[in-house]
Amino acid sequence: MRVQVTINGEKHDADVEPRLLLVHLIREVLRLTGTHIGCDTTHCGACTVILDGRPVKSCTVFAVQAHEREIMTVEGLEQNGALHPLQEGFMAEHGLQCGYCTPGMLMTSHAFLAKHPAPTEDEIRRAISGNLCRCTGYVNIVKAVQHAAAKLRETAGAGGAR
Amino acid sequence: MTLRTSPEVGGMGHSIKRKEDPRFIRGKGTYVDDVVLPGMLYLDIVRSPHAHAKIVKIDPSKAMAVPGVLAVITGQDLAKYNLHWMPTLMSDTQMVLPVEKVMYQAQEVAAVLATSRYAAADGAAVVEVEYDPLPAVVDPHKALEPGAPVLRTDKKDKKDNHIWHWEWGDRAATDRAFAEADVTVKEKIYIPRIHVASIETCGCIAHFDKVDGKLTVWMTTQAPHAIRTVFALVAGHVGLAEHKIRIISPDIGGGFGGKVPVYPGYVIAVAASVLTGKPVKWIEDRMENLQADSFARDYHITAELAAKKDGTLTALRIKTLADHGYTDAAANPSKFPAGLFHVCTGSYDLKAAHVEVDGAYTNKPPGGIAYRCSFRVTEAVHTIERMVDIMAHQLGQDPAEFRMKNFIRPEQFPYKSALGWEYDSGNYGGALQKAMDGVGYAELRREQAEKRNRGELMGIGISSFTEIVGAGPSKHFDILGIKMFDSCEIRIHPTGKAIARFGTKSQGQGHETTYAQILAEELGIPAADIQVEEGDTDTAPYGLGTYASRSTPVAGAAAAVASRKILDKARKIAAHLLEVAAEDLVYEPGKFSVKGSPNRSKTIQDVAFAAYTNHPQGMEAGLEAVSYYDPPNLTYPFGSYICVVDIDKGTGEVKIRRFLAIDDCGNIINPMIVQGQVHGGLTMGLAPALFEEISYDEFGNVQGGSFIDYLVPTAVETPKWETGHTVTPSPHHPLGAKGVGESATVGAPAAIANAVVDALWHLGVRHVDIPITPPKVWKLLREKGVTE
Repeated sequence: MRVQVTINGEKHDADVEPRLLLVHLIREVLRLTGTHIGCDTTHCGACTVILDGRPVKSCTVFAVQAHEREIMTVEGLEQNGALHPLQEGFMAEHGLQCGYCTPGMLMTSHAFLAKHPAPTEDEIRRAISGNLCRCTGYVNIVKAVQHAAAKLRETAGAGGAR
Repeated sequence: MTLRTSPEVGGMGHSIKRKEDPRFIRGKGTYVDDVVLPGMLYLDIVRSPHAHAKIVKIDPSKAMAVPGVLAVITGQDLAKYNLHWMPTLMSDTQMVLPVEKVMYQAQEVAAVLATSRYAAADGAAVVEVEYDPLPAVVDPHKALEPGAPVLRTDKKDKKDNHIWHWEWGDRAATDRAFAEADVTVKEKIYIPRIHVASIETCGCIAHFDKVDGKLTVWMTTQAPHAIRTVFALVAGHVGLAEHKIRIISPDIGGGFGGKVPVYPGYVIAVAASVLTGKPVKWIEDRMENLQADSFARDYHITAELAAKKDGTLTALRIKTLADHGYTDAAANPSKFPAGLFHVCTGSYDLKAAHVEVDGAYTNKPPGGIAYRCSFRVTEAVHTIERMVDIMAHQLGQDPAEFRMKNFIRPEQFPYKSALGWEYDSGNYGGALQKAMDGVGYAELRREQAEKRNRGELMGIGISSFTEIVGAGPSKHFDILGIKMFDSCEIRIHPTGKAIARFGTKSQGQGHETTYAQILAEELGIPAADIQVEEGDTDTAPYGLGTYASRSTPVAGAAAAVASRKILDKARKIAAHLLEVAAEDLVYEPGKFSVKGSPNRSKTIQDVAFAAYTNHPQGMEAGLEAVSYYDPPNLTYPFGSYICVVDIDKGTGEVKIRRFLAIDDCGNIINPMIVQGQVHGGLTMGLAPALFEEISYDEFGNVQGGSFIDYLVPTAVETPKWETGHTVTPSPHHPLGAKGVGESATVGAPAAIANAVVDALWHLGVRHVDIPITPPKVWKLLREKGVTE
């Protein structure tokens, strides 16, 4: 089947089996390997991408379900050589260790902050509870998301003032 | 510790940002499944639904009819090359693929080789295997009863399921101490089977180049060099010599011990690549990972502790039954079948101790790896910390005061334990006092008393653990004869930048940063100017790898020693440049200056350039060094953790209100990274304490074999960890450092379990086995007549 998707603003076309998982389209057909696979049961969240603004676990979405839709992956965060505040936050707050869950965490947090610009710690913890991390104990991931939220609010505030 | 370098240089004590992060936050890491080679084939594995069954027939015909399927590989195929069995690290044997029978549910039965991942899976789904089920032996106690079915029928003359008996300590002195004791306590403690569940599963790409006869394997391994040697030893008879094997361990998505063993999938992929001459990728899925890869723990412990009536502890006696599954594939130093379990006297000045462990075969997957701990140290710590708590409560003494009274005192170090370990340094009372001050211990006890009057259940748990990491002195520690040293090789480039390679392999610990900081501390070269490489056996010096918190204690020490070798030569070059005698120079990180004339100096960068452009006559050019560091002793990190819990009488849920961890890992290289290691370790201590367990029903069916029912904690269940530290340097480590990656995993479960029992002791509860789940607590409360 033919599937057309826009990933990180770029249009892609592929001829795929109907059963191909979205994560395999992203990783193996389009070779964007930042999105990872950590389980088969939609629990770990390592494969999280943003589909039309919503975080989804791309291991339980068929590629064809993304036909004519917009996807954002970790590779889409950096813009014109500038890191996204979430990327800066994860680095500044030591919010990652092995890096395997990180792309999924970044995507979930990105979609979350878009709707909740000033979250509490508990809200952040609930938001990322579909993403497992085995290394960090989450404390610094929460701080990283707070770091990004503050920075994004600052930028939005400055934009609003203009 | 005073800082010797500026933040720009970034030596020890600076929380510099990690060098590995820029690639990870961009999704630009290279994990094994990211590697794709031209013409690559895919392997999928058929697994047994039975825990114990004879294989009657394997029919590959339907699989072979699947488009893209090239071959179905069985034990019979591997047997032609004598590759159907392989040795384990404990000198037992493990099936690669079975010929006669399967020994656990999810065991590899056959492998399907195909042109795509999906075709391989399609093929695996239709391989038809006819089994003749045999009775499953699930309970290790029953496994050792007379008349139990003998599992290892492959072993000639094996008449039972007993693997080995191991004991340590002075039995007579211990028995005497128990006979003379005023008070003794005894408890059965089960530490269940769990799984590391790193978020990246295991896998490899094996690529055998038929032209030059070289095998390259990209592989999720924590110990690439050891794996290379094992491959050469196992497959030497089919022509794989060690110089023709290259193991590349790329970025690793968490290891925690689970990526130390050699799993059958790796070997089958290698065999398939050697036979086809094509690259073969094998990546296991999560259920395969949880159900078949090495488990941790599974110790059935009976412990006894003796004391005088004033509360002075005197002796410890432990008997343990270790469930190893169908083969002993534990990842231990070879001389220690029960790992370092005999560090079980913990932080206490016991006069006598004796420990016995018996290993048993059952119809379960093999393993006995660490789960982020140094060879059975969690089992040891959990036992002693539970027992000390039980004794304190039994004597009606406060568990904190009781510990303070029985701790090994600071002036007793170096301390020889009753079981023969020489603890390098410690200040246990200091750490516990800091933790008590941090949580407001006295106030918490007052609050607990008030709440108890109101019928509310609140508990305060302490764990004052001693770790033992950094294996090891090579006279005692080896793996299949290979001594457990580790290595660092440094080359300083003419422009003063450097590359350093190590025999270890980071799986998220941040070695690229930490090691660069050690070099920065010693050499004064900015950490940003130092490239750290690990994980490629063609380039890195030989080392035993990263597990058991050994990287900083062993390879980190090698980095310091290699740096100092470089400084010896650098001093001579600086003396030559400054036209003074080498003894007339003083060194501070990055700079040699003339005694009494500080303005006359040469930087390390000046010296590096001269090493290639203007070195003294008679001296070889270049500036490089290598160290294979054999530690004189292990390091003994320690800490005191205090956990405060509230128990919901209605649901049995244990809520961790506060958890403060005070750790002491000696001198700290990067405080940010150390704190991160503690956070992660605490969460992997929380997990088995409250959530995780892999159990089996009477037929050997695995329970907890997927993330649906194996409960890895999320951000919601995980408490807001509080951390702090004291600093007691290791006297023998060149940097005064100790390992830290696993301390919190080792120390945390006992703090949580002790808090729960502390909340319930007045109801007559003496012990609760982990994981302390709501149903378990709820049942206990109802038994004790507690209602909502």
